[in-house]
Amino acid sequence: MDNSRETVVEIKNLYKSFGDHHVLNGVNLNLYKSENLVVMGKSGTGKSVLIKCLVGLITPDKGDVSILGKKLNHLTTKDWDALRSEVGFLFQGGALYDSMSVRENLEFPLRHHREKFGVIKDTTPRVMAALESVGLANTIDLMPKELSGGMQKRVALARTLILEPKIILYDEPTTGLDPITSREIVELIGKVQHTYGTSSIIITHDIDCAKVISDRVVLLLDGINYTEGSFNDLYNAKDPRIAAFFKK
Amino acid sequence: MAYHFQTKTKLSSIFIEFGDLSYFATRFFKELFSFPFEKKEFLKQCYQVGNRSLQLVAITGFIIGLVLTLQARPVLEEFGAVSMMPNMVGISIIRELGPVITALVCAGRIASGIGAEIGAMRVTEQIDAMEVSGTNPFKYLVVTRVLSTTLMMPMLVAFGDALALIGSAIIENFNGDASFMLYFNEIFSILEFSDFIPAIIKSLFFGFAIGLVGCYKGFYCEKGTVGVGLAANSAVVFASLLLFFIDFVAVFMFNIFYTN
Ligand SMILES: Nc1ncnc2c1ncn2[C@@H]1O[C@H](COP(=O)(O)OP(=O)(O)OP(=O)(O)O)[C@@H](O)[C@H]1O
Ligand SMILES: [Mg+2]
Repeated sequence: MDNSRETVVEIKNLYKSFGDHHVLNGVNLNLYKSENLVVMGKSGTGKSVLIKCLVGLITPDKGDVSILGKKLNHLTTKDWDALRSEVGFLFQGGALYDSMSVRENLEFPLRHHREKFGVIKDTTPRVMAALESVGLANTIDLMPKELSGGMQKRVALARTLILEPKIILYDEPTTGLDPITSREIVELIGKVQHTYGTSSIIITHDIDCAKVISDRVVLLLDGINYTEGSFNDLYNAKDPRIAAFFKK
Repeated sequence: MAYHFQTKTKLSSIFIEFGDLSYFATRFFKELFSFPFEKKEFLKQCYQVGNRSLQLVAITGFIIGLVLTLQARPVLEEFGAVSMMPNMVGISIIRELGPVITALVCAGRIASGIGAEIGAMRVTEQIDAMEVSGTNPFKYLVVTRVLSTTLMMPMLVAFGDALALIGSAIIENFNGDASFMLYFNEIFSILEFSDFIPAIIKSLFFGFAIGLVGCYKGFYCEKGTVGVGLAANSAVVFASLLLFFIDFVAVFMFNIFYTN
């Protein structure tokens, strides 16, 4: 990867333990502008912990994280607010607010980002545009429980997109979905990156997904970034520990 | 020996729990006075709190009024003191039974409801999603709920009291000579302002405790569906215990206050 590209996320020597359980043991990782970075790794290696450190849901024990040139360890509440409108997070289960309709779900993030958008009088066009981009404009007045799992994930993606973030973090976007729906989601992620020029970190176990979507793949093992390269590099690697992930 | 050890750890865990809860309460007051206030969610919660428990409070209040009067009548007759009935009923309901029983019913209904709701939101990462989207979940979920239970509880208590008095009046009307009008007149001529004030203050604290414990248990809910059930369940238990404790302290304080 050529290093002349603008770095949007810089993770340096990140450590995190829960009691005696050392999850992250010095992770170093860069995300470049307009890039799709796929993070793979065994269940429980701390992939979710890693991206939760990037949005302040988990505070790391040691190490530095910079996002869009801002260091996370001394941010004021206001800076956090500003940063959060630039970093989208797609939760593994979608995490739609189930007491609110789809429309209210999408309006929710808009209420708190006046600095970015100014005062929005009518949110409907924005909500519709976001729903159309995931192909679910007809669900606007439904409740989350009336949607299927795949639809919920797409609505959740729409909710992430509505703030027009520069960076999106996807936590296993295709896990638990049938092959067709997962392909739809993968295409959607590709489309989002194309139209908005977003940079993404995508956590996945899904080889097909990684193959289609990745510009670069990082393998997390034993709490460190074990190796990185293009999908084909890793796919054809001789190292047995890497090959184990790409069982053919 | 093992049993002794168990009780000891249980006891210390209760103290730890109280410590955590008071930290949670401190955070509530801190966030309460910071901008912005989630007005819409607050009003929605007020409606929910009232709506959730109105029927239950009405029925329990009414029955308590009936039963109390029925039970007391033979005893008072024995001492030739039936004329004291409005006195006894009025004071015991307004001062003690109304607030405590309404609060207990609400602990079962509201604290568990809040515990389960927020717990489910924690488990399905909805609280994290809020945080990531720039909304302070503590302010949006906890502050609004605790404030609404605190403010709605005195109203629910007043409602429960009213129905208890009506229940009592019905029995007296059946049994003897007192018309509704006469009975209520007597009750209200006996009651003083100083009977209502402690009850209202107590109810505010009860409401605060119910909302706070429900939110606390939900907010720190353990992962998994078991966690949600546990959060709802322990919210009721902990809230009920706290209610009795508050009641004891309140009665103690008011006695000191009013006898001097
Ligand atoms: N809040 C927490 N408290 C204690 N331990 C935690 C917490 N969050 C994560 N862990 C531990 O950290 C480890 C890594 O968790 P994480 O969720 O990041 O795994 P993962 O790589 O995302 O796995 P998966 O692919 O299954 O999602 C797990 O072993 C888990 O037990
Ligand atoms: Mg995970």
